[in-house]
Amino acid sequence: MRKAFQVRVNGKPVAVPPGTVAAAAVALAGETRFRRSPQGTPRGPLCGMGVCMECRVTINGRPHCLSCQTLCEAGMEIHTDA
Amino acid sequence: MSPGSDIIIVGAGIVGAACAWECARSGLRTLVLERDFPGGGTTAAGMGHLVVMDDSEAQFALTQYSRRLWSELAPNLPREVEYDACGTLWLAADEQEMAEARRKEKYYTERGVRVEMVDSARLAVLEPNLRSGLAGGVLVTDDAVVYPPSAAHYFLQAAQTFGAKVVSRAEVTSLQPEGSVRLADGTSHAAGRIVVATGPWSPELMPGLPVRKRKGHLVITDRAPGFVRRQIVELGYLKSAHSMDTSSVAFNIQPRVTGQVLIGSSRQFEADDRAVEPAILDRMLRRAVEYLPGLGELSAIRSWTGHRAATPDKLPLIGPSLGSDRIWLATGHEGLGITTSLGTGRLLADQLLGRTPEISATPYLPARFAHGGGTHA
Repeated sequence: MRKAFQVRVNGKPVAVPPGTVAAAAVALAGETRFRRSPQGTPRGPLCGMGVCMECRVTINGRPHCLSCQTLCEAGMEIHTDA
Repeated sequence: MSPGSDIIIVGAGIVGAACAWECARSGLRTLVLERDFPGGGTTAAGMGHLVVMDDSEAQFALTQYSRRLWSELAPNLPREVEYDACGTLWLAADEQEMAEARRKEKYYTERGVRVEMVDSARLAVLEPNLRSGLAGGVLVTDDAVVYPPSAAHYFLQAAQTFGAKVVSRAEVTSLQPEGSVRLADGTSHAAGRIVVATGPWSPELMPGLPVRKRKGHLVITDRAPGFVRRQIVELGYLKSAHSMDTSSVAFNIQPRVTGQVLIGSSRQFEADDRAVEPAILDRMLRRAVEYLPGLGELSAIRSWTGHRAATPDKLPLIGPSLGSDRIWLATGHEGLGITTSLGTGRLLADQLLGRTPEISATPYLPARFAHGGGTHA
């Protein structure tokens, strides 16, 4: 297995093995609130396959990224609860 | 035959809904028959732009009157209607379009509509995501936007508080000139007056009516609060709206209260199906990105289409049909039906009840199309 690397979830460093999706990194960081609905209610991954749009997070400053479909890269900055 | 109503309104789009509300609160026993579900046809494919337009004096009069009715209603509208007095920014790309902006400023100012000229520098402050190098434009301060299906629902609910009855999945298949409708399930309903408010489908009930389907595409993005702040329309839009070409696109964009961005617009004749057409969508989005380069960074989450009810003189048909004084029309609003729904309902009820309308009803009477204007089977 290749070497783990670091990403940051809401500023908190998380070590992940290669092939990890951003949604898993968020879960490893202990976050359950991935985003907020227009009414302000918490949302998190439901389908895990890029269809439900519930797992969206901000990645490297870009909002509304599907965390279940985005592979982690070293140094990636993930922000939740937007 | 059901027990008599004073009036049957066929079609519960926003125009039929506004007519139902005005009739019911004027004391008429009102029955609304909707083929599918309220607000699900053309109403669901409108941007919900409440806009004063100046194609003609008659169009100006009806849109100005209707926008006033909307603004009077605004404090009572529930949140779901998403009324937002964001204004309209008519965009001038170059000096030629700036001349059109100045003409518009003069026309509106002379008629009491608040406007503000915008130069290139001010434009960059008002809408920083627009590309640089645009000449300016004119801001119509008190234009607004709503979410049309919710507005239609609100009007129907208001009608029901005055005793109106609204029936969904009730498809009217034919009209009888003596004042009754026949439904797909074989039943008939009679009333003193029938109002056809079925928009682009009006000719199906009124063969020969001068109403054509004009298809439009819409795209909505994910939330990007503040990306645009006003309804922004290119002044070149008028070229598209007036064009009798088979298809045309124009830059027309709107901020939703959710932070989403609603993108229009396209116009197509001879395109009767509701499929999203990638070639048209591509032209429409390219046009939008020309004005807003950052738009391409947002995600489009849905695209859909609908049909406007276009008339030859770009004015709606409001009043008795030519074929029968028992059958009335409230249709043919093309791209202005959300704005003019309230004015239409008021003018229709005024005429039905013999009240003096606040603006002249004459320009919108179906009688102007003496040939091919109102025969029915």
